Amino acid sequence: MTPTIALLLIITFLLSTVGLLVLIWSISTNQFSNSQNAARTIFTPGEEGHSEDPAREDTSAYKGDSKAAKEAFTARRVQDQSSKPAVLIWLSSAVFWLLIGSFYGLLASIKMHYPEFMADSQWWTFGRIRPMHLNAVVYGWSSMAGIGAVLFLVPRLFKTPLRGTPYAVTGAIIWNIGVILGLGAINFGLSDGQEWLEFPWQVDFLFVLGGALCAVPLLLTCARRTVEHLYVSSWYFLAALVWFPFLFFIANVPKVFPGATGATVNWWFAHNVLGLWVTPLGIGIAYYIIPKILGRPIISYKLSLIGFWSLALFYSQVGIHHLIGGPIPTWLVTLSIVHSVMMSIPVITVAINHHGTMWGSFGRIKESPTLRFVWIGALMYTATSLQGSLMALRSVNVITHFTHYTIAHAHLGMYAFLSFILFGAIYFIMPRLTDREWPWRRMISLHFWLVAIGILIYFVSLTTAGWLQGLALLDAKTPFLEIVQMTIPYLQARSLGGGLMVAGHIVFVVHFIFMLSRRGAMTQGPTLFRVRTKEISQ
Amino acid sequence: MTRVLAIMMGAAFILLLATLTLVVMPYLQMSAEAVPPGLKPYTQQELMGRQTYIANGCMYCHSQQPRDPSFASGDRDRGWGRPSVPGDYANDWPHLMGTMRTGPDLFNIGARQPSEDWHLIHLYNPQAVMKGSIMPPYRFLFRHVEKAGPNDKVVNMPPPYGPGSGQLIVTEEGMALVAYLLSLDHTYPAPTLPQAKIDEE
Repeated sequence: MTPTIALLLIITFLLSTVGLLVLIWSISTNQFSNSQNAARTIFTPGEEGHSEDPAREDTSAYKGDSKAAKEAFTARRVQDQSSKPAVLIWLSSAVFWLLIGSFYGLLASIKMHYPEFMADSQWWTFGRIRPMHLNAVVYGWSSMAGIGAVLFLVPRLFKTPLRGTPYAVTGAIIWNIGVILGLGAINFGLSDGQEWLEFPWQVDFLFVLGGALCAVPLLLTCARRTVEHLYVSSWYFLAALVWFPFLFFIANVPKVFPGATGATVNWWFAHNVLGLWVTPLGIGIAYYIIPKILGRPIISYKLSLIGFWSLALFYSQVGIHHLIGGPIPTWLVTLSIVHSVMMSIPVITVAINHHGTMWGSFGRIKESPTLRFVWIGALMYTATSLQGSLMALRSVNVITHFTHYTIAHAHLGMYAFLSFILFGAIYFIMPRLTDREWPWRRMISLHFWLVAIGILIYFVSLTTAGWLQGLALLDAKTPFLEIVQMTIPYLQARSLGGGLMVAGHIVFVVHFIFMLSRRGAMTQGPTLFRVRTKEISQ
Repeated sequence: MTRVLAIMMGAAFILLLATLTLVVMPYLQMSAEAVPPGLKPYTQQELMGRQTYIANGCMYCHSQQPRDPSFASGDRDRGWGRPSVPGDYANDWPHLMGTMRTGPDLFNIGARQPSEDWHLIHLYNPQAVMKGSIMPPYRFLFRHVEKAGPNDKVVNMPPPYGPGSGQLIVTEEGMALVAYLLSLDHTYPAPTLPQAKIDEE
């Protein structure tokens, strides 16, 4: 053990030295200058103070009141249109997988309190349905919708049309084939057997290829950028682009990590998919959309810098808190617990920026579907992350580990945070691509209330069930079967919540299809900037 | 920040560091851990059963990792066994430690429930031996025949849980799964215990 600790100390020392050098370098090269100006790069000249909210009904629009402003706004229209084919294919696929994934989720949930339900065939057994749900929503819905939103935002962030669209389209096709083959393999019982890594490694190559193809247009566009400052969102996107292939490759290399080491790699990967893949996508999107809709730059650009680097540093080492009390070295678990608690730093900095920017404008969530979804998603990011830090503490973990509590927490993160932000992003993006309004405002509202009430029931019931289950499991005097029986009403409530969420998804998908088939009212020409007051500018 | 390369290199560097501490170092340390002499390698049939266990997702409800009694005494008191050590998993590709205890821990199920017939009845219909359980039945691991052949393993379900007429025989897959479950017996002494004390907090 001693050499290990010595090695850890040396690494920590090297890390702090490198950190110090980087800090000195960044100050000497003026990396921190013009902070608030950098926060304004998402606005065209004169746009600040005007809301951009394509999903709102209000038809009055700001199209620029000077020549420069008009040119900038026409340029943005060109940027939006440049990404159209790529974004549409990624988003449409994502929406399809959302429907499939949530259907399997609901099925798994029902099977949990009704074990005889569809129990006769191996194709529908719980142990195959559950991983199909997870993989469909993680690699199908979340990843694809995230990539779609990134492809849309990148030309805007770099202020240049998207280059290399065919790569992104081909990437989407390969990625979809990967999801189909992967889910099929799980259904056939060919799972790799590790949570979050169930897809056989032979199929994983398709994701590596699809993802790499998708990186080409991002890098090509980045190389032609016309902005001086890289806005916060682009840091997260660029970093996620580096992280995901790296993680996915190491974790999926077959036959390298046996037994207990395999478990550490498994959870190092699984939590990094959350922390270094979907979280940066979600936060990056929120960092763009919240200030854009409010027409007000984020309140502290410097803070966002701290938030980004501390996320990178701490989130990458939290994974082993999934094995607290497990058969692995104690120092390793402790390291992850420390980092999990340190995660409160990036979470709080992001919270200050997101919610601080919203401060005083909370009324806007009443009228803007995008803002409502995105801000609630951002709020749930704060909630789920702080909850996660607490759950990593040994005293809490001893109760919550191995229970439904963890499942509730995972859905607070993947659904109430990430999926809400993705819903909001899609409501923002689609009108820009199709030049149509969303056909029915009421359907957006219905979608919102169904999924919001659904996830609330889901979270509250499973959190309660998990906590009670955890306490009871610690006390061997309570027979196991009694604990199982005790959780059943909560599991039924979870199915109810899940059912509402699936209903919400059906509403959303129908609306999305109508939007794709161009059934909405035409927007008023290139109506790109909208203002709250009926300000007429020509 | 203005430099794309700085962001991407910085991000890669940090992840590299995390890989070093969370992947490489544990790998080096745990590879050096002694394998308990009492650990038996899996037989061909047990390995096949292990694949059936994976294919049907048993690990989504059952863990295989009793915790240290000084941390969570319930694990020992429920009879799930001594805390597991890295060496116990030396033959496991992939690990099946699990993260849920919707059902009980199975690290020592072979010792706790050594009856082959009990497992067969339980897999065909958990209600027959565990009324009120929410474990799904695995009827697809069995076959319903008129008359069992000489080499078939017949399962005698207690009424009313059986198929009624004819005979119930177990498939090769089902038999392998039971063999794997029975092999889950880690009651031998373990040479090392990684969790000496739980007092970091």
